[in-house]
Amino acid sequence: MPNSTSTQNVSAKPNRLRTSIILLVVLTAVFLVAPHLYANQSLVFTIMTFIVLAQGLNLLYGFTGYLPFGYVGFFGSGAYATSLLVLHTHLPVLACVAGGGLAAALIGVILGPLLRLSGAYFSIANLAASQILFFVVSNPDLADITGGPYGLKIEQVYDPTASYYCMLVVLLIACGLAAYFRSSGFGMALRAIKQDPVSAAMAGLNVVRHRLIAWLVSALIAGLAGGVYAWGISVFYPDAVFTLDFSVFAIVFALFGGVGTVIGPIVGASLLYILYSAIGISTPQYFQLIYGGLIVLLVLFLPGGLLSLLQRRGINVF
Amino acid sequence: MSSELLRLVGVHKHFGAQIVLNDVNFAVSPGEIIGLVGPNGSGKTTTINVISGLLQADEGEVDFQGHKINRLPMHQRSRLGINRTFQVPKVFRDMTARENIEVAARAVHLPVTEIDPILHDIGLLELASRQAGSLTVNQQKLLDLGRALATRPKLLLVDEIGAGLSPAELHVIADLLQKLSARGIAMIVVEHLLEFLNRITERVIVLGAGRMLFEGPLSAASRDPEVIAAFIGAA
Repeated sequence: MPNSTSTQNVSAKPNRLRTSIILLVVLTAVFLVAPHLYANQSLVFTIMTFIVLAQGLNLLYGFTGYLPFGYVGFFGSGAYATSLLVLHTHLPVLACVAGGGLAAALIGVILGPLLRLSGAYFSIANLAASQILFFVVSNPDLADITGGPYGLKIEQVYDPTASYYCMLVVLLIACGLAAYFRSSGFGMALRAIKQDPVSAAMAGLNVVRHRLIAWLVSALIAGLAGGVYAWGISVFYPDAVFTLDFSVFAIVFALFGGVGTVIGPIVGASLLYILYSAIGISTPQYFQLIYGGLIVLLVLFLPGGLLSLLQRRGINVF
Repeated sequence: MSSELLRLVGVHKHFGAQIVLNDVNFAVSPGEIIGLVGPNGSGKTTTINVISGLLQADEGEVDFQGHKINRLPMHQRSRLGINRTFQVPKVFRDMTARENIEVAARAVHLPVTEIDPILHDIGLLELASRQAGSLTVNQQKLLDLGRALATRPKLLLVDEIGAGLSPAELHVIADLLQKLSARGIAMIVVEHLLEFLNRITERVIVLGAGRMLFEGPLSAASRDPEVIAAFIGAA
């Protein structure tokens, strides 16, 4: 009996590693082939951006329970930091994107004390923080630095193909991290902390450190996505990268697929963004109605997300 | 090096104007089991909350193995060798029983081969793959104990583990606690079941309104006028 349980546990690890590798290979193949099958590369680029955002949000919300309404703040910070580095340094654009990710993580360090809050208090404080960032960058008095309400232009590095592949790399990093969170001891610790932080602390886990790491990783991912997004569009106003729609989409997409899983945010973001685009093109007058109705149905009938349909049938979703 | 494992010196705790611990002083030796008894609201659980780090003492010292630990957070106390169970079991409900133990084992780098013996000790080996949330409350209490054991505690704070158990189940728990004590694990057992305490302890501390009223054998406590007054009211 002892041997059987131990064996199950040991064999689960190679299975999850194999599943992770297969998933990353499939994602790579899909997004390498997609531009050759579908002419609108910018739509595929945007889908990847939202998968990254949904996955980045999943790293925080799915594994710690903190719901960041102001998640777009990290995305916008990454976009601005990347652009400012492009404009004011001679660094290669990839280094600027990395700098954008680090800048978002730095913002995460500054906002770290928000993790002392819980539930709606955390969400609202995070939302307020992202609004503060928005008002700072869009302030006309800072126009010399941030472009103020007129935004920034980095046309000199505009390269839709390179930024597309860079977003794919960020997507793979985000999904790889989600797979790590899902299958590692660190992820197990996060799940324990999410369920009962007091008991987790008594189990010897440093609750504050674990939460902070998840928060910073999540911020880093959003910052990288923001940096690549800025590179991909090359001209943007503050509203374009700090719009609350990005936070809402990331939350809805992740929830639609299923948080706490690796595949959920990918499925949610892909399906809903394609639907979003289809409705917007075919019946724009009913767009808000149909989309809103779908979200209400999701909350009412599938609060655990689309993948919970499989989990209810005893299928272990990765 | 002191032979005492734990010492509380002049510990005070209040919640607003309410004094819940008032000059609590006692010591625990390695392998010793002491009982902590008193009426509801006497400060028993607060005492173990202060020792485990869930609450900070307002005044006084909590010393463990000769070191002051007043300001240490819970996880550091856990790694030093202080652990506890909870009156209402706090298991990780969406994880299996085995994973509940594994979380603690990983945190303190306990070899995975040690997990099954712990599950065996607490009698949950055959339920190792069951979700903790689907276990009975009594099984969850045992799992709480198993999670604590996975951190290799030197001092275990056991909060009302016997509540709701049948006499046969109490017998099993008493045997288990004595077995752990024989391995050198000291215990402070908060319990209302005096027969159960009488079986496993040689010394009890009686609290009343946050004050220590008595320290000594349980049989002597029942003759102490202050203890009698605390439990059934002053004449």
